[in-house]
Amino acid sequence: MCSGRVDLEFMLRAFSKGQDGVFIGACKLDECNYVTHGNYDALANTYLTKKILAHIGLNPERLRINFMTGADGNLLAEYTDDFTKEIKKLGPLGRSEGLDVNKVKFKLEAARKLVPYMRLLERQRLRVPVKSKEAYAQFFESKEINTLFDEIFSEKLAISQIILLLGEKPLSTSDISEILNLNPSEVSRHMKSSSRQGLVKYDETQKCYALA
Amino acid sequence: MEGKKGDFNVSLKTKPRYIIEDKCTGCTTCVQYCPVHYPDPFNQDISDNKAVHVYFSQAIPLVAYIDDSCLRLKDKKCDICSGVCKTGAIDFRQTTKKTDINVGAIILSSGITPFDPSAKEEYGYKTMQNVVTSMDYERLLSSTGPFEGEVLRTIDKKHPKKIAWIQCVGSRRVTEGDNSYCSGVCCTYTQKQVILTKHHYEDVQCTIFHNDIRSFGKDFERYFQRAEQLPGVEFIRSYASIEKEIPETRNVIVRYATADDGVKREEFDMVVLSIGLNPPAAYKEISEKFGIELNSHGFSKSDSSNPIKTNRPGIFVSGAFLGPTDVPESVFTASGASAQTGELLDYRRDKLAKERVYPIERDVSAEEPKIGVFVCHCGANISSVVNVPSTVDYARTLPNVVYATEQIFSCATNSAREITDLAIEKGFNRVVIAACSPRTLEPLFRDTLREAGLNQYYLDMANIREHCSWVHAKQKDEATQKAHDIVRMSVARAGELEPLLEFDLPVNKAALVVGGGIGGMTCALSIAKQGHEVHLVEKAKDLGGMARRLHTTLEKLDVQTYLDELIHKVYQNPLIHISHEATIKEVSGYLGNFTTTIETEGRIKTIKHGVSVLAIGAEEYKPSEYLYGESDKVFTHLELGEEIARGNKAIINAESLVMIQCVGCRNEDRNYCSRVCCGHAVKNALKLKEKNPDMRIYIIFRDMRTYGFREDAYREASEKGVQFIRYTPEDKPLVEKAKEGGKDVIRVIVPDLILGQRLELTADVLSLAAAVIPSTSTNEIASHFKVTLSPDEFFKEAHVKLKPVEFATDGVFLCGTAHYPKHIPETINQAYGAAGRVLTLLSKDTVVASGSVARVNDYDCVACGACISACTYDAIEFRDTPKGKKAFVNPILCKGDGLCNTKCPTNAIMLKHFTNAALLKQIDAAVTSKDILEQMDAVLEEA
Repeated sequence: MCSGRVDLEFMLRAFSKGQDGVFIGACKLDECNYVTHGNYDALANTYLTKKILAHIGLNPERLRINFMTGADGNLLAEYTDDFTKEIKKLGPLGRSEGLDVNKVKFKLEAARKLVPYMRLLERQRLRVPVKSKEAYAQFFESKEINTLFDEIFSEKLAISQIILLLGEKPLSTSDISEILNLNPSEVSRHMKSSSRQGLVKYDETQKCYALA
Repeated sequence: MEGKKGDFNVSLKTKPRYIIEDKCTGCTTCVQYCPVHYPDPFNQDISDNKAVHVYFSQAIPLVAYIDDSCLRLKDKKCDICSGVCKTGAIDFRQTTKKTDINVGAIILSSGITPFDPSAKEEYGYKTMQNVVTSMDYERLLSSTGPFEGEVLRTIDKKHPKKIAWIQCVGSRRVTEGDNSYCSGVCCTYTQKQVILTKHHYEDVQCTIFHNDIRSFGKDFERYFQRAEQLPGVEFIRSYASIEKEIPETRNVIVRYATADDGVKREEFDMVVLSIGLNPPAAYKEISEKFGIELNSHGFSKSDSSNPIKTNRPGIFVSGAFLGPTDVPESVFTASGASAQTGELLDYRRDKLAKERVYPIERDVSAEEPKIGVFVCHCGANISSVVNVPSTVDYARTLPNVVYATEQIFSCATNSAREITDLAIEKGFNRVVIAACSPRTLEPLFRDTLREAGLNQYYLDMANIREHCSWVHAKQKDEATQKAHDIVRMSVARAGELEPLLEFDLPVNKAALVVGGGIGGMTCALSIAKQGHEVHLVEKAKDLGGMARRLHTTLEKLDVQTYLDELIHKVYQNPLIHISHEATIKEVSGYLGNFTTTIETEGRIKTIKHGVSVLAIGAEEYKPSEYLYGESDKVFTHLELGEEIARGNKAIINAESLVMIQCVGCRNEDRNYCSRVCCGHAVKNALKLKEKNPDMRIYIIFRDMRTYGFREDAYREASEKGVQFIRYTPEDKPLVEKAKEGGKDVIRVIVPDLILGQRLELTADVLSLAAAVIPSTSTNEIASHFKVTLSPDEFFKEAHVKLKPVEFATDGVFLCGTAHYPKHIPETINQAYGAAGRVLTLLSKDTVVASGSVARVNDYDCVACGACISACTYDAIEFRDTPKGKKAFVNPILCKGDGLCNTKCPTNAIMLKHFTNAALLKQIDAAVTSKDILEQMDAVLEEA
């Protein structure tokens, strides 16, 4: 297994289970002993997950990737110490960010449901043409990518959260906007598009939305 | 040593290690307790080690040895190590052991000895503290080095801020004690050290004093540019000498000269001597013992038509004992030596091998997971920090664990047997070993499971040593807690493990060799001599390739006679089937089972083969510069060689001849060095001087790259009056037609970098070092065989250093100039190397595919192709199934990296053994439900 096997889902799952930080150790960039260079995939997935964390309101520094060889035990120790310090400084997940732990977990769970979609998005729009650390940093920190991510991801995350909520019980548009702290007009827009896609249906009698 | 090929009797003397290898587990407890500190030879004596120690962290076998500095060995004073060794591996009664063995062939791979600069006062080594060798510096840079990867001055432990490298120390000098040849590797290793230094410390000033920059290896030109363009790095072309040490600061003054500023003196915090490569220290002894001849430098004397073989049949040489070589050449000469040994001993291949028989595997897939946990003390390595009994107790509380116990050394033979016995007795179907890293011992424990009739993939190792006890020695309670966590995670994963099959695929025992030049023919012959059919495919009418146009080499090989003999041998060999005027039409299949369709002399032919070797050679660049094609006085070096061989009077009797180097490469179009041209120029110059000593010959060059022993020929040419004039790419020579004394001549105007003037040379003949360029069919062949190209469009090998004759595509190999320009002896070595690697496959009846490969669940696959684009091995393809188009994984080609698994939007493809199910269970188990409850309580309390 290559570090490129480290799935978006693994990282999100760890956070949603309450881990305060996630560290990924990968081989040195450009020193792949095969032709895979999968550590670049690990790097891209790390960038993506950091963006997701930031969207949820979590500090992206809670996730870190470092590159080292099998003989760099001392580096691993150094990186781990440093990361541990950082996480201690940040404190428990959600609380230091001023967020409710259960809400964070709910949002992480909603984000985790988006992994298949994120994989499609990554393939279509988030591939970096040049394999270099600088190119990856530049790409993932560029304005275009941030805007793209803001627009698409926040919408997807909202819908994913709504679907999760409706999985528990039917709710009205105003219930949803209250729970998720979203603008009612935004919620009704999401509800319309989701019912068009056949994800949810409107129950006339109860004046509520439910899963289709 | 005595005897003859096929039957040598060798008597070996083994110095005592004072350690019983079978008993030592490499736990290094003895090292901790040993009271003797002495300079560590592996770290160049810069830091200390103990009298008992493991030589270095990747040593094989990974066991300790006791050095002469041991107190017990000196005067029987100390016995501490024997007391602390839990396995009783220390044995002071060991004496020098004599073993007699009978072998069929001998391969000498004695390597080199680094040049020792302390022999010459002028280098200041050992007399000045801050003058170090490149070997010392290599260790300073290493994370396992004397200061754990920090570059420090030994004397004051300060970071040097200004470092100088002095090139060619001990090389390219005819003075007593130095070597006349070029060591070939120092230019590039220095660049590597500079890049690493700048990576460690951005603000360090690096200055490199060099002669020619010899970046003649594959991708080396780009590497040099990368080093040169770093900020704070300066390459200065000047002879440099060490003047003195400043007593107060211990800094070193280097004296050098530049064309612009004349003589200068500069102070450095540290000076690195880029030392060259000497023959192995015991070269005389080797030569006498084995009865092999040496060259004048003390390296093996090689026949350039087969450098690997020695004058004594049955004895071969590989690696740097052939002459200074870099890693890739060492690797392929090693494979080449194995191929030649194979040719010699093929008739008794596998006679000494014994097959292991395992009990029949028990099908436990329908059973509930029943996990056995073994927690290892590793002597005191784990148990001195982690509370092992508590970890065993804890393991017993975990779901699915039916048995848990502790072992002093799980890896000891009796412990492994205990695991096997208990697995049978207690009936558990999965095993967790809580011990060390799976890196070294996983194969052993997998074997243990097989002995118990369990599938070997039912094993998981919980690393509570490297990841726990070794790093938390001072926090015993927390370390024990962490060991519990690691074991819990491992048990969680183990419950999800599935039995996996490693299946055998039959191998077609024939080989296809594409290209009938020296490389292809040499490789084909070697494979055929080891009993395999070879289909040799050549696009031209005749065999021979580029060598048809070469007549001599610097090593004085008569190329045409050699070539004729080689072609004769190929035709004579009944196992080699040759197709002329052939083109490849289609290739299908994979490792072990290829089918290739070719068109040969107008007919279509289908060839079935197990492996493919691509030896399609390279071509000569047709210059568009320097009046080439416009004047009959302008030739390429290759053409010049042909004209000389033909005895063209106009050339041999010319009064003056100019050669221009680097035509068509080392430029923007082709950012690489063609490697062979400098040697080629010198060879032609010497040949001409031999025929017409009065001829004025000028070689206009950028860097003379006569690496290795070719340096001697460069010197000889210079001594014979050949003039070498350097130019820079910014100020190229100008060439024009002119008339002088009534005859047509070529006028070459070149700047003189030393005198700052322009030189006007009149030439009767102009010869251009035209670049070696990839064959025009490279792209087509590459797409047929699904192999990739390097940036310069030569074939890209699987790993530039470690796998120089393999492609990343399994079962496809390469050799010769299709890989990168190279001299004939180098091509021959690489061809044998490819044959050696080919035989590792063809000599077996089957290839084994790992069990941990990707698999597609057809039901979930939406045929989006994400996995196919993620796979760098072309292991996945679409196949039509009753359920429609679906991705299909060829388990033979899959390397198990799992990238496809992370890209699949429907989770239809999964990497076996590292499934989402298993890994998510493991991630979930990182936090216990108790942890979660505590966390929630804390939140509630706060609220």
